[in-house]
Amino acid sequence: MFSDADLAAFAITLKLALIATVVLLVFGTPLAWWLARTRWRYKFVVEALIALPLVLPPTVLGFYLLIALGPQGPLGKIALATGGRPLAFTFTGLVIGSVIYSLPFVIQPLQNAFTSIGRRPLEVAATLRAAPMDRFFSVAIPLARPGFLTATVLGFAHTIGEFGVVLMIGGNIPGETQVLSIAIYDHVESLDYVHAHWLAASLLIFSLALLMLVYACNRRFRLLLP
Amino acid sequence: MNIVARFGIRRKSFSLQAHFTVPASGVTGIFGASGSGKTTLLRAMAGLDRHSDGYLKVGQALWQDKALFVPAHQRDIGYVFQEPSLFTHLTVRENLDYARTRNPQRPSFDSLSPLIGLMGIAPLLTRHPATLSGGEQQRVAICRALATGPGMLLMDEPLASLDYDRQQDILPYLEALHAQLDIPILYVSHVVDEIARLCDHLIVLDNGQVSASGPVQELFTRLDLPLSQGALAETVIEAVVDSHDQQYALTHVEFSGGMLTVTRCQVDVGQAVRVRIAAKDVSLTLEHQTNTSILNIFPATVVQVVPTTEPLLTVQLTAGDELLLAHVTRKSADALGLRPGRSVYVQAKSVALLA
Repeated sequence: MFSDADLAAFAITLKLALIATVVLLVFGTPLAWWLARTRWRYKFVVEALIALPLVLPPTVLGFYLLIALGPQGPLGKIALATGGRPLAFTFTGLVIGSVIYSLPFVIQPLQNAFTSIGRRPLEVAATLRAAPMDRFFSVAIPLARPGFLTATVLGFAHTIGEFGVVLMIGGNIPGETQVLSIAIYDHVESLDYVHAHWLAASLLIFSLALLMLVYACNRRFRLLLP
Repeated sequence: MNIVARFGIRRKSFSLQAHFTVPASGVTGIFGASGSGKTTLLRAMAGLDRHSDGYLKVGQALWQDKALFVPAHQRDIGYVFQEPSLFTHLTVRENLDYARTRNPQRPSFDSLSPLIGLMGIAPLLTRHPATLSGGEQQRVAICRALATGPGMLLMDEPLASLDYDRQQDILPYLEALHAQLDIPILYVSHVVDEIARLCDHLIVLDNGQVSASGPVQELFTRLDLPLSQGALAETVIEAVVDSHDQQYALTHVEFSGGMLTVTRCQVDVGQAVRVRIAAKDVSLTLEHQTNTSILNIFPATVVQVVPTTEPLLTVQLTAGDELLLAHVTRKSADALGLRPGRSVYVQAKSVALLA
């Protein structure tokens, strides 16, 4: 049913999606919070940059990332200087690419959720002697819970489904950077439709189940979609 | 101990110039029409909004000055918002715990019982805010504000978001609070009745300016203030319970101008109470009427007569040390020859006891 390479692709895909989602939540939460609260007049610049992966062809994003991560690129140079190897065609490179690619899918639901809380609950918390960090963790995060569910699932599912960026910067190294979407592509290229079917159907069912879970848990989902 | 406040706030369509000193005890009402700057002032005092031109000192604690701004969470206050604003992700008990665990004294939950009893929310503790009525939510919000152990309570029209019946439900709890709490309360309202029932002291805001400040009884009868103008104008009088009449279910209270009869109350003889006489319920006679159903009749002297809205005049009277108001028609005033110095008898159709 699944070859060893297919199973390895499963594992790499899950690991990539998991790590990318965690990284996105850790860095995306404060960024989304800042976007929801700031009255900075140039905030739209940041918002546009974050939304860019929504409209850009993944190959464009992948191309620039490939250059940035390669031995001559800024990120690649940093990696070399700190004793590593260039990040292109590595798993770390894939994580960086996935984080950028899925950024809007995590930031936008979080930003919407934080905005919809309004200022009042935080003002109430302030009058109950809660300091700013305390207010963030005890009021903002719990009240934004639906947004976190949406952001987590969308970030995770979108990373699993990415193709173009991965192909550009990760290449297609089985057991290292070959993810499911590329494995399917390979099977189709070699006219191995049976294996392509198995993988494609697995992804389809998995994605559908994940989205059904969100819709079931979270009636506000539609409002929070980017 | 005083609360000294001075704020100069300028916005596009609005400016507030408030400078006042009120005693740091009892309930101080902040009264004014909507748009007069009441909420802006209260938020500035709570530290929720920061205005560069501000000074606030509560007792010994300086909270705002040119160089100093203590943020809201470091001010020793409780704040009750116009809408209840409970945390929807927490139960009633967890809402109270949110405040209690941030109280520097770290009281036990049990120590909140008297407060929970006073607000009548013991049966609600396990409920979620969404399942409570507006009045219940507001009572929880008041209890929560007090659970942080504040040195001052700020209330921004806590009844305004409730319908009339709910307001009447919650007023007794506020009166109980007034009687039992020994911290100062600032109470924002545009409703004369709430001010009469709850406040000792009053700040009148008019278009962003403090137009008067002083004891409630004094301001209620001042003819130059909006309080005496409307149809709801009333007088608040300090009195002492004299005796109870079990047979007729009445209570007699004595004030400096005579004796008044009110509905039987549970207050002990000798206790100070406040009674309220609405200006529209007062009629004036030249002789002491005897064949009348009206129980409250006492002599008074006319101080001033000023026009209100046709056909009514507002008559300011003095009885003993108290001032009171009467609304009479211009026709009656002419017939009785009402002018300053005239001796009359006041007939008050209804006199209500305030807590």
